[in-house]
Amino acid sequence: MMVQFLKNRALTFIVLGLLGTVPLLMFWSGSDYLSLATKLVCLCIAATSLNLILGYGGMVSFGHAVFFGIGAYAVGIPAYHSVYGGMDLIATSNGFFHIGFAIVLAALFALITGAISLRTKGIHFIMITLAFSQMMFYFLLSLDTYGGDDGLTIDERSQLPFISLDNSVHMFLLSFGALLICLYMVHRIVNSRFGLVLQGAKDNEERMAAIGYNTFAYRLTAYVISGAMCGLAGALFANSESFVFPELIDWTRSGELIFMVILGGGGTIIGPVIGGIVFIVLEDVLSRFTIYWHLPFGIMLILAVLLGRTGIANWFKSDGAIKKPAEGNHE
Amino acid sequence: MSDVILRIDHLVKSFGGVQATDDVCLDVQRNETHAIIGPNGAGKTTLISQLSGGLKPDSGSIIFNDQDITNLPVQKRCRLGLARSFQITSLVMSMTVLDNVALAVQAQDGHSFRFWKPARSISKLRGPAMDILADANLQKKADTVVSALSHGERRQIEIAVALATNPQLMLLDEPMAGMGPSESASMVEMLKSLNGTKSILLIEHDMDAVFTLADRISVLVYGRIIATGSPQDIRENQNVRRAYLGET
Amino acid sequence: MDTTLLFIQFLNGMQLGVLLFLLAAGLSLTFGIMDLVNLAHGSLYMAGAFICASLTFWTGSFIWGVLLAIPAVALVGYVTEFLVIRHLYTRSHLDHVLATFGLILVFDTSVHLIWGSQGIAVPLPAFLDGQVTLFTDVVFPTFRLVIILAGLLIAAGLYYLVNHTRIGMLIRAGASNRTMVSALGINIQFLFSMIFALGAVLAGIAGMLISPISEASIGMGNQIIITAFVVIVVGGVGSMKGAFIAAIMIGLIDTLGRSYLDTIFKLFMSSNAAETSAPAVSAMLIYILMAVVLALRPQGLFPPKARG
Repeated sequence: MMVQFLKNRALTFIVLGLLGTVPLLMFWSGSDYLSLATKLVCLCIAATSLNLILGYGGMVSFGHAVFFGIGAYAVGIPAYHSVYGGMDLIATSNGFFHIGFAIVLAALFALITGAISLRTKGIHFIMITLAFSQMMFYFLLSLDTYGGDDGLTIDERSQLPFISLDNSVHMFLLSFGALLICLYMVHRIVNSRFGLVLQGAKDNEERMAAIGYNTFAYRLTAYVISGAMCGLAGALFANSESFVFPELIDWTRSGELIFMVILGGGGTIIGPVIGGIVFIVLEDVLSRFTIYWHLPFGIMLILAVLLGRTGIANWFKSDGAIKKPAEGNHE
Repeated sequence: MSDVILRIDHLVKSFGGVQATDDVCLDVQRNETHAIIGPNGAGKTTLISQLSGGLKPDSGSIIFNDQDITNLPVQKRCRLGLARSFQITSLVMSMTVLDNVALAVQAQDGHSFRFWKPARSISKLRGPAMDILADANLQKKADTVVSALSHGERRQIEIAVALATNPQLMLLDEPMAGMGPSESASMVEMLKSLNGTKSILLIEHDMDAVFTLADRISVLVYGRIIATGSPQDIRENQNVRRAYLGET
Repeated sequence: MDTTLLFIQFLNGMQLGVLLFLLAAGLSLTFGIMDLVNLAHGSLYMAGAFICASLTFWTGSFIWGVLLAIPAVALVGYVTEFLVIRHLYTRSHLDHVLATFGLILVFDTSVHLIWGSQGIAVPLPAFLDGQVTLFTDVVFPTFRLVIILAGLLIAAGLYYLVNHTRIGMLIRAGASNRTMVSALGINIQFLFSMIFALGAVLAGIAGMLISPISEASIGMGNQIIITAFVVIVVGGVGSMKGAFIAAIMIGLIDTLGRSYLDTIFKLFMSSNAAETSAPAVSAMLIYILMAVVLALRPQGLFPPKARG
């Protein structure tokens, strides 16, 4: 138990230590991967938020990118009006407003769609979460004011005190700090009373109801927290890229987030971060060798599933046992 | 408070043309162990599902502690103090024994929308859970993951979890099912230690266990109660011998 | 309101509806019987379109192209099932999602490698390329009419297959009780392979039929497959009848919504507001429909009978 615990914790610190320093060192030594690293960190936050409901809660949301997109547009739209006028109510470049707006909108969308989606189970839940994200995707496509399918360029990044998001080091550090906070929050949540109920309901919902828990309410709460966290990721991403576009919500993006969580190790704190790093590095490295990089990538994905080798974070557990995702309690 | 903790009044449930529960009237006294026996297909599990809230009766009522609970959902009944053990073991398999029991304690300790404090270090959850395990002589297994336990041990944890919800009445659905003789014996020991302090409605096939544990026994045949009485009465009841034991 | 235009839009809706049915039928079979979530079903639709395109150019005839492409797509489906899908049946839905997501990447890139990144327009033979006059003033492209008729014919054939043949009996039995069918000595693995190949053919035919209208292109299956998922969820997973009704319904709602929603909105809001909001709402219409259906009937409109 203890060795396993330490190994996993050591792994967490090593991964985060490298993620926080390597991009900066590379930046100062002349090769600029900083914006790629910032994008990676934002994706890690999104994957971490998905991990809360997927890895710990067992909810296979196939529309998680929608919260990312909402967060991104919650920065893009006020920034647009701040520059070009109109919509006085939200027209501002105040970064606190942007981030707060992103979190609140994403949480609200999660509350409404979650209340409907969580009434369903299994395949229906996968499909309905997918449908809600597609709905938002087509909605954004039809918004000509904000660029429609061309997307919306952010001419003025969020304004925050003491730091400037135009500075790529500041941008990276802000995102990385947000990732650390989110990871710590998830760590606290999953070990709290709430977290144990959530994990119990993943494993055996009937039992949790029989000892007196309203599992729906706990799941919905987790869903809202997760959505809000992913909204934050989107807001940071929008600032980093200074560009938002509907494809952020494309269902393949949601698929990629699931991929990061499961490949890295759902239900572990550091898993989604490892998954995110592997994903971005693979994308970057493979796409250097061949424009057909999706081919080896897809084959790897299929093999990882067929061989039960998902969950990189679990490889480092002391007993070496790799838990296949297919296992678990099917009552 | 009255001495009757559970009263079942003219309960009826049918599936298609089959009367699974046919006008059942039954009561459980406080701190009594009341066993229901009957041949396979007599409708025992259908009856207990209606009591725990998994199935809705067609008519009739269930009065628990003077309150009509006929239409309450599962988790509300549980909060009122009605605990159920499942015929098929149903535990959180990926968690430890102590986690399972502590979750049941936690369910009784207000809401669980508490997001920050590590639940595994809260002594008012872990303490009572550990006590229950100690009473059942299971404390050595506290840190074992449930999926690694034997069948008999899981059945015992099942009872421990039901106990941890601090129930006023326990519905035990075939706690001895699938157990070997020695496992059954330790289960009987565990249940015997509750005699006189807990109200229990016991459904069980193992006749030795039933006649050892029960204060009163009701016999269910084809969804109908044909006799209720002390173990002695039931042994001597001609109707029971005829209908259930197959004697003429 | 212009009734001629309405009728034409109705036919367009029917055309989308039957294409959706062809896709949804295979999905619903694999869902209902193998409990398999196959995101890559859209890739078979794409494969059908590309194979048909190549064969059309090779034989010089669209008809030959389609006839030869059908067994080719069946083979693609069978190989996919053999290599990947059959190892997934005992796995969780999450594994299905991940592995078939990987399959999409493999299919998309393979098509890119074989046919290049450009879309391919498929030429129609002259007798299909014109227009027909249905009533005095209703003129409709011949080929679109052919799509509708072909789709309805296939639907009728499937209905016959499922309800009146031995294979269909096994399919229905497999959907309700898998272990029973294997206990009766039926080679369930072979049955699954055949069903998957059948689903692949149906999806492939949809791709072949659409290729002369909107050309064969990479990723063409990745959007319509989501709509097909909406269809089977609305219709009730595993139900053929539900898939058919929901496909037609969604085809019509989507098409008519895009053309007439602004007119309807103008009835109760300013024309300016109607013109801005109608496109957004019509794009979301089928998803709103799905959310409403699932909120009211989580099992869909026509759930199949309880499974053993």
